[in-house]
Amino acid sequence: MQRPVLEVRNLAVEFGAGAGRVRAVDDVSFEVNPGETLAIVGESGSGKSVTALSLLRLVPTPPGRFCSGEILFEGEDLLKASDAAIRCIRGNRIAMIFQEPMSSLNPALTVGLQIAEPLQLHGRLPWARAFDKARELLTRVRIPDAARRVNTHPHQFSGGMRQRAMIAMALACKPNLIIADEPTTALDVTVQAQILSLLKDLTKETNAALILITHDLGVVARYADRVCVMYAGRVVESGSAQDIYANPRHPYTLGLMASIPRLDQDAVDRLTPIEGQPPDLAALPKGCAFEPRCRYAMDRCRDERPTLEHEGGRHYRACFANVAC
Amino acid sequence: MAGADSVLRVRDLKVHFPVHDGVLIRRQTGSVKAVDGVSFEVGRSETLGLVGESGCGKSTTGLAILRMTPLTEGRIEFEGQDISHLSVRRMRPLRKRLQMVYQDPYGSLNPRMKVGDLIGEPLVIHGVAGDQDAYRARIQELLRLVGLRPEMAERYPHEFSGGQRQRISIARAVALNPTLVLCDEPVSALDVSIQAQVINLFQELQERLGLSYLFIAHDLAVVRHVSHRIAVMYLGRIVEVAPRDLLYRAPLHPYTRGLLAAAPLPDPSAERSRAHEEIVGEPPSVVNPPSGCHFHPRCPMAMPVCAQRAPELTAAATGHAVACHLHDPSRALDIAASGLAA
Repeated sequence: MQRPVLEVRNLAVEFGAGAGRVRAVDDVSFEVNPGETLAIVGESGSGKSVTALSLLRLVPTPPGRFCSGEILFEGEDLLKASDAAIRCIRGNRIAMIFQEPMSSLNPALTVGLQIAEPLQLHGRLPWARAFDKARELLTRVRIPDAARRVNTHPHQFSGGMRQRAMIAMALACKPNLIIADEPTTALDVTVQAQILSLLKDLTKETNAALILITHDLGVVARYADRVCVMYAGRVVESGSAQDIYANPRHPYTLGLMASIPRLDQDAVDRLTPIEGQPPDLAALPKGCAFEPRCRYAMDRCRDERPTLEHEGGRHYRACFANVAC
Repeated sequence: MAGADSVLRVRDLKVHFPVHDGVLIRRQTGSVKAVDGVSFEVGRSETLGLVGESGCGKSTTGLAILRMTPLTEGRIEFEGQDISHLSVRRMRPLRKRLQMVYQDPYGSLNPRMKVGDLIGEPLVIHGVAGDQDAYRARIQELLRLVGLRPEMAERYPHEFSGGQRQRISIARAVALNPTLVLCDEPVSALDVSIQAQVINLFQELQERLGLSYLFIAHDLAVVRHVSHRIAVMYLGRIVEVAPRDLLYRAPLHPYTRGLLAAAPLPDPSAERSRAHEEIVGEPPSVVNPPSGCHFHPRCPMAMPVCAQRAPELTAAATGHAVACHLHDPSRALDIAASGLAA
């Protein structure tokens, strides 16, 4: 078996102090292999974005604090690396794509310059060569008329083209891992399909691993090989995409699957929602965070927090109940 | 469904915004045709879904119906009365029966008002609040109606989650017993697990109060679930209207087909066996839309005529209308001929 590009072990991240202390990520472990697409799904407040930011140590400390855990990237623990070492990895061996292409591009600089920057910085290419590469990269992300576009500014790009430029920038230094945090949430559905298949094709070509952070179960089903489902800062279930959808074993995953309306099926009379409200991270129960909303809850769930246990194959879940599906 | 008993009838609605140029001498140099000749009806207790991508004019259509943006041309009939030119004052009594739920439950509720006062505000404005006891009782009734607890009237919006806030917005909208509620992306800001709760609430209220909805959204799965009929918009025009299951089973317009193919299904096995025909390009700017059929530069089936003439919305089957030259019966011969030539 091949060695994973990234292994996260028991990661915990907290914000604030005293009574306002919030554990945004709690005991999270996962791994990604080369060429694999791992989706981290969850709702707002589930900790998926903080997890993504933590991987590149982009969580501001303070107010954030890494409490425990290891982030092993090609065997090296990023939590122990020096700031200089992390800077050599960011945008070079690990690249990140954010949700809002307009706010993550510098409006005052040309697109070409921004794509060339990591090449000049990490690849030590002279600027002229870096610009040539930038033009090639824009062509690779299928931006028409790249030779002219390379000298234009982000505001002259449409939303989809900006996200293509972000992908070009991410790919510039041939990273082994790309983290995409809700890369298409701001885009229309026809453009979303174009951007995600482009991202998928390009990572396949370079055998890079892709971590896709999303709340969209449709996107996960179409593009992910493996899935981690997060709830209230913890991974509650993980496994292959096929397994998770065909055979969900955690009540939360089960509830999510049942609550979404389907595009490809005649409408049912009523949807089956997950009852109750999303958890308050500042006042989590002692036991399982999903217990107040869970149909399968037992006494044990109130007192004890379940940990991720092996279910067979590559399927893991954190639940005491015997969930029949 | 629609027809004689329609609550809302929109005929050839146009909303054009002028584009000005020049610093000292401002001249109108063009116009943004946000809504360009849209016609539809909403029947009693019916939900009409209005779908399309950003910039297609779906929200502007909603605002024009509420008379919250000036309309350029066309006629809007609400409960049989032409409201397209009513003054603000004459419009006011009608607003009791024509209400709105917005997308953002954080931005649409005044953070300084208690929930009870927020829900009671429409009653006060329209002078139907009655005495203190009646007013309180009505607020409690409304809170219960939308699945909140009566004692929550004393709390402020920040104490509620997004889903609960949207329930408060819905209670405000139904406080005056409206006939039609315009819902502009009412669940797209909510988490998946909460979306289903709010969608179910919309449907329950429709059954209990006989409401009609104009449901504006971009999520095709949500729209399929809540709507009886669906209209698809592209760049200011309606390209296809059909009863919901027909639209999803047998979409006719190439844009509708592309839109449905682009939306991923929450089912990996179905996704793997599905053909992913991508629509190329992005929606063009409304300032300078393509000639003829606005969709022709992105359309995989485009013919020479598509660049020259805009197709009319014509009936293709009962209740199913499409604006596409491919489905224009008078052009069937030409298409057959070009097929033979190719």
